[in-house]
Amino acid sequence: MVQVHFTSHLRHVAPGGAVTASGSNIREVLADVFARHPAVKGYVLDDQGRVRVHIAVFLDNEHIRRDILDHPVRADSELYVMQALSGG
Amino acid sequence: MASALYISTRKGLMIYRRKANAWTHDGTHFLGSNASLLLPSADGQTLIAALNLGHFGVKMHRSRNGGKTWEEFDAPKYPAVEGGETDDKAPALKGVWALEWADPKNPNALWCGTAPGGLFYSPDLGATWTMNKDLWDLPERQKWMGGGTEHPALHSICVDPRDAQRIAIAVSCGGVRVTNDGGKTWEVGAKGMRAAFMPPDMQFDPDVQDPHMMVQSPSSPNVYWTQHHNGIFRSTDGLKSWHEITTAPVSSFGFAVAVHPKNADVAWFVPAKKDEDRFPVDGNMIVTRTSDGGKTFDVLKKGLPQGNAFDLIYRHGLAIDDTGNQLAMGSTTGALWTSDDGGESWQLISAHLPPIYAVRMN
Repeated sequence: MVQVHFTSHLRHVAPGGAVTASGSNIREVLADVFARHPAVKGYVLDDQGRVRVHIAVFLDNEHIRRDILDHPVRADSELYVMQALSGG
Repeated sequence: MASALYISTRKGLMIYRRKANAWTHDGTHFLGSNASLLLPSADGQTLIAALNLGHFGVKMHRSRNGGKTWEEFDAPKYPAVEGGETDDKAPALKGVWALEWADPKNPNALWCGTAPGGLFYSPDLGATWTMNKDLWDLPERQKWMGGGTEHPALHSICVDPRDAQRIAIAVSCGGVRVTNDGGKTWEVGAKGMRAAFMPPDMQFDPDVQDPHMMVQSPSSPNVYWTQHHNGIFRSTDGLKSWHEITTAPVSSFGFAVAVHPKNADVAWFVPAKKDEDRFPVDGNMIVTRTSDGGKTFDVLKKGLPQGNAFDLIYRHGLAIDDTGNQLAMGSTTGALWTSDDGGESWQLISAHLPPIYAVRMN
């Protein structure tokens, strides 16, 4: 199972600590998390389902910058959803 | 006489209350967050707040007890379009630019104006939102453009006090549109406005105008005032036409406008040096007021800083109460002033607030 962590700035809507989720790419993993924690979805994705511009996604210590949602994950991957410094 | 001030700032929503004839800070909400707009009910119990969080997008909160507690609810959403997930141009909510009560018969009905160029309706205090597709699908909307921001912003919503089905909206930059059937059909409402920033043959195109703020006279609802990018405009025929007011002293550039609740000939403006500079002319903070429909203006400055002032009042930064005597304004440099005498004199409430986006009073 993928371990998913959210920035502490989302603690009022995101699960506390790491949460496990399944999926073959980041889209599916996040969808699995959002199904159980629906309030966090709008903080990470915009109206069209795009990752918000000032959200930074790290997968296995790599900053994923392009085609984020399509990026494949391993069963033992670790995903961090953070706020980018660019957002102020 | 107003008893509450709601100040939306870069670092939260501040509420001031009138106690013993003085305005007193009575709490800060959403501390640290970018509070962009607030709509209070007449009794001050229901509050609708819009936040624009730098990382996480637009968020909305409501209170049913005057701000003691808040609950978050979903902001309006633009319809998902096919392939939108990979299309940078597909629309998404960039900001809430207008919030108004929609219907005196339904205290839960809201209009919400947004960027890019959207209008949404909620019958239930934001539990559900419906985009006004008739406005969104207007072919002329393709001519709209950003004014000061990347996206066109629908910032003014005037619900006619005689008939809530008649609504006028103003867009930077997209002119003015008016509906008489609750939003099913939208007519041009910007004839006579002039856009000096356009090529000569396009300057009177109603769909490219940049009204910064539009207000409707509650007492004579056929009268509207607009602070436009190019100056001050007035309509006295229910938006069939506008005429430019060229008599304003010091500068006719600015963002905010307020109209007297009982006299359509009385209106206030807060001028600034046009248009790239956007600070008080010669560093002197003033308010201009006309009492005769724009024929003449008074320059009001008692209590306002004269010299080296950089305060700019944004479009939602000037508020007036229902008597027309009390005004309040908040600036980009965090100064908050009130007046109890129609703007003749001003009292500084605070000089140290965060940048102020919007002021409401009730």
